Amino acid sequence: MNSPLLTLTDVNLTLNNNSLLESVNLQLHAGEIMTVVGPNGAGKTTLLRVALGLQKPTTGQVKMADGVTLGYVPQKLHIDPTFPITVKRFLALAKCAKQCDFNLLLKDVGAQHVIDSPLQNLSGGELQRVLMARALMREPDILVLDEPVQGVDVHGQVELYDLISRVRTERNCAILMVSHDLHLVMASTDRVLCLNRHICCTGTPEVVVNDPAYTALFGPYAARHLAIYVHDKQHQHDHEHGCSNKEHNCNG
Amino acid sequence: MDDFLVRALLGGLGVALVAGPFGSFVVWRRLAYFGDTLAHSALLGVALGFLLHINLTLGILIICQLLAILLFFSQYQRQLASDTLLGIFSHGALSLGLVALAFMDNVRIDLVSYLFGDILAIGYVDLIWIYGAGGAALLGLICIWKPLLSITIHEDLARVEGLPVDRINWLFLGLIALIVAIMMKVVGMLLVTALLIIPAATARRFASTPESMAVIAMVIGALSVGLGLFGSFQYDTPSGPSIVVAGCLLFICSILLPKK
Repeated sequence: MNSPLLTLTDVNLTLNNNSLLESVNLQLHAGEIMTVVGPNGAGKTTLLRVALGLQKPTTGQVKMADGVTLGYVPQKLHIDPTFPITVKRFLALAKCAKQCDFNLLLKDVGAQHVIDSPLQNLSGGELQRVLMARALMREPDILVLDEPVQGVDVHGQVELYDLISRVRTERNCAILMVSHDLHLVMASTDRVLCLNRHICCTGTPEVVVNDPAYTALFGPYAARHLAIYVHDKQHQHDHEHGCSNKEHNCNG
Repeated sequence: MDDFLVRALLGGLGVALVAGPFGSFVVWRRLAYFGDTLAHSALLGVALGFLLHINLTLGILIICQLLAILLFFSQYQRQLASDTLLGIFSHGALSLGLVALAFMDNVRIDLVSYLFGDILAIGYVDLIWIYGAGGAALLGLICIWKPLLSITIHEDLARVEGLPVDRINWLFLGLIALIVAIMMKVVGMLLVTALLIIPAATARRFASTPESMAVIAMVIGALSVGLGLFGSFQYDTPSGPSIVVAGCLLFICSILLPKK
């Protein structure tokens, strides 16, 4: 495998005598989708913040390969209702690397209908798509998403994960995301990182699901549910592939 | 028209023009209490001015800047909620200012004019302060306008996108401290925040972009100053509060108008 875009080596983080992360190691390669799962308070978001350079680790190293551009999709925006800003203006605030036609950008993520809407009026799914468009404007090598499907209905969740997979396929972009829900995420991820302050287990979804550490963390109920879902994985993948090819023809 | 009235109008208009864009950011970023805290430290600045024998506005400016720096650093602590902390600073600074002035035996100030402004006493030096410092503050704000909008939307996103978030926040707070110091003369320390947020809140209903909101807030602020001064002259009411009352009336009118 070629050299990693992002490497975390022995990362520890302690804030106010609370240990949030303990000897976390990870490597993220181009075109790889890595999903961080774990219970509440496991430090998932904290790990993302460390990876993004927003939080310095107490000890350990965060190394980014030279010339790597980060794209960040936060979970929510807390914009005051008095702030008059449309989606179009929001996109215009970001630096744009190559593709700067907002209509095309939004169309690509399936949100062209909200281009003139105030940012505050978007639904959870629409906001995630708009935020993704803004991140993609920068032509990122790594896309970091914090619980991208939080507050989105199941149908929308599947669509969002499809979109994330397509971004990876079309742009060979590495994806690092946090997810709360265990069911859907497994289908479109290469590597799962099971976090509870330290890394409990890591590997392909199949390997992680069968790991006793995983069952211990989430309980047999969740693990069984996942097993069912992983069974579906192949089908989901083929379907997805067909979709992204079709998109490609449309654009071309 | 009398000379002092012309100066009052010029000073008031200058302050209103600066307050519009800054007030918009104060509203968007929910910094009203922050502005209040800075304003409440003004008496301490007056005391400092007397102590060092320097221009009183300069004294206020120094104290406001020091407080802004203190507040900037205190946002990194997590022991106290920010409004609790602002409350401590705000009332602590106000009381400390009053106590410090009481210690100065040879100093007699007209407390009411500091609390509620004394626009009719604006002199030429004050006008130079308002237009010089106010103009500089506006220029500074224009320079950081775009990144400041990004930071207002999501600070971490702005940071990941490579903006110097801390430096811009720092500069912005410094500029706010600057305009609070010059607004003191017009509406007084207790009403500074009113002149920042009321025109901006009124402008919201008519604005579709951040820029249009800032410009409309400037116009509404100027109207409030004009109406307030006229009312104050006509009915012999205190000028600072009259301006704020005029602003409130415009706000109520804007609510009654159908939204476009």
